[in-house]
Amino acid sequence: MTVGTDWALAWIRRTADVIAEHRVELITLDREIGDGDHGENLDRGFSAVLPKLETLPDGSTPSDVFKVVATTLISTVGGASGPLFGTAFLKAAGAVSGREEIDSAGLVELLTAARDGIVLRGKADVGDKTMIDAWSPAVEAGAAAAESGADERTVLDAAAAAAEAGAVATEPLVAHKGRASYLGERAVGHRDPGAQSSALILRAAVEAAT
Amino acid sequence: MKKLINDPKNVVQESVAGFAAAHADIVTASTDPLFIVRSDAPVQGKVGIVSGGGSGHEPLHGGFVGYGMLGAAVPGPVFTSPTPDPIVAATKAVDGGAGVLHIVKNYTGDVLNFETAADLAAADGIEVRSVVTNDDVAVQDSLYTAGRRGVGGTVLVEKIAGAAAERGDSLDEVAAIAERVNANVRTMGVALTPCVVPHAGEPSFTLGDDEIEIGIGIHGEPGRERITLEPADAIVDRLLGPILSDLPFESGQSVLLFVNGMGGTPLVELYIVYRHAAEVLAQHGITVVRNLVGNYITALEMQGTSISVLKLDDELTELWDAPVQTAALRWGR
Repeated sequence: MTVGTDWALAWIRRTADVIAEHRVELITLDREIGDGDHGENLDRGFSAVLPKLETLPDGSTPSDVFKVVATTLISTVGGASGPLFGTAFLKAAGAVSGREEIDSAGLVELLTAARDGIVLRGKADVGDKTMIDAWSPAVEAGAAAAESGADERTVLDAAAAAAEAGAVATEPLVAHKGRASYLGERAVGHRDPGAQSSALILRAAVEAAT
Repeated sequence: MKKLINDPKNVVQESVAGFAAAHADIVTASTDPLFIVRSDAPVQGKVGIVSGGGSGHEPLHGGFVGYGMLGAAVPGPVFTSPTPDPIVAATKAVDGGAGVLHIVKNYTGDVLNFETAADLAAADGIEVRSVVTNDDVAVQDSLYTAGRRGVGGTVLVEKIAGAAAERGDSLDEVAAIAERVNANVRTMGVALTPCVVPHAGEPSFTLGDDEIEIGIGIHGEPGRERITLEPADAIVDRLLGPILSDLPFESGQSVLLFVNGMGGTPLVELYIVYRHAAEVLAQHGITVVRNLVGNYITALEMQGTSISVLKLDDELTELWDAPVQTAALRWGR
């Protein structure tokens, strides 16, 4: 089993649905320790992606899909999450460029490139209470699953589960990057909205791989 | 919360349309992508200056577009940075061949989107320099945060850098002036009430009836501490103390004192703040030679104030005094 363009399209469409469903939850998380726009911005961005997917020509690769996602998110989301998620998808597109089908090892390359792109732009480390706290464990868990010979869906599932755990694990942290960093100890007890949306996006990737 | 709006989704577009109609002698607005630009842009041979950021801080930045200040302003959604596309378009609109300076408040979203836009504009052959303002002394531990925020001092950077561009300084020189203002200005603010982002419909934070937040940024996001309401003079002391010790400001210096309203505090209260701030500076042997009092960088309808102190030298004073013709600042012309 490998995953290809159908999976990439399904992943992004599922993501748009999931972000819309969790819009209020993300706004609430962001209002607690940020400025309350995360759900609104991501919903606007992924809603704008959907019609762009329809314009992709036949024979498009997963890389083509991710490129459209990247440029649309960069030009519609704003805030910090637009450039960060946009760069993640841009780097993911580069990692799997030219491939019609992606195997387990390819998925690990994709996730690694996306994570590295976010680090490059946002300059956050693990433990800073940002989306990196979801992405980094996701990369590690995906890589471990691929090394043990897991199939593509299992690799994605391992990554998503680690991202979900990583998002929950941001709750006791003090933030060192982003708007929440100004709260100091008062950010403790709140989940990072970017880590939460990252976990939702990675879970959508699993649901698309059926 | 009552607001004088139509659809929350149209707040920024409708406000910019009204702004452009009201100040048609100074600016024009592009609607897609959304930005506000000097009517006479691009001014050939002059450095163009672009600033921008989330809306809700009016008159910043659109109110500062015009002769002697900004070439263009890029308003994002309320409290959300604009995306790179309109920043690139505004950059091109003000490029008179001498390069473009981006003045960016140090907020993660603004920095990331302006960075991306600067890369894109450079790829199109426009020389872009960026100055990130970070005058907020409330953020103490810059190492472990996203750094000090760009707040009230940004207004002074925009005025003085704009004057330098207008007199014909090169891009490097205008950027150096902007850096110099940023390096010599310190700001701290206080919120008495929260504010409500139109599409959120609820306050972004809560304060008890007798509580105030010392050290806020321009969205009401917290800074140092939450305390019980005190008389104005005591609050001014709390804001000025960290400002004066940070640079530090010293006896014998000449300064510009900027008392800014956060949107919901009347001038009658801002002048009470100014009165005591000037007294305290005088006690320290610091001479206030220029001042600015009013609502210039706001957080929607939030009640509160920020105090900025800028150490002046002869050149910065001359550039401050230079003619300016914008919707929000106008003198000498």
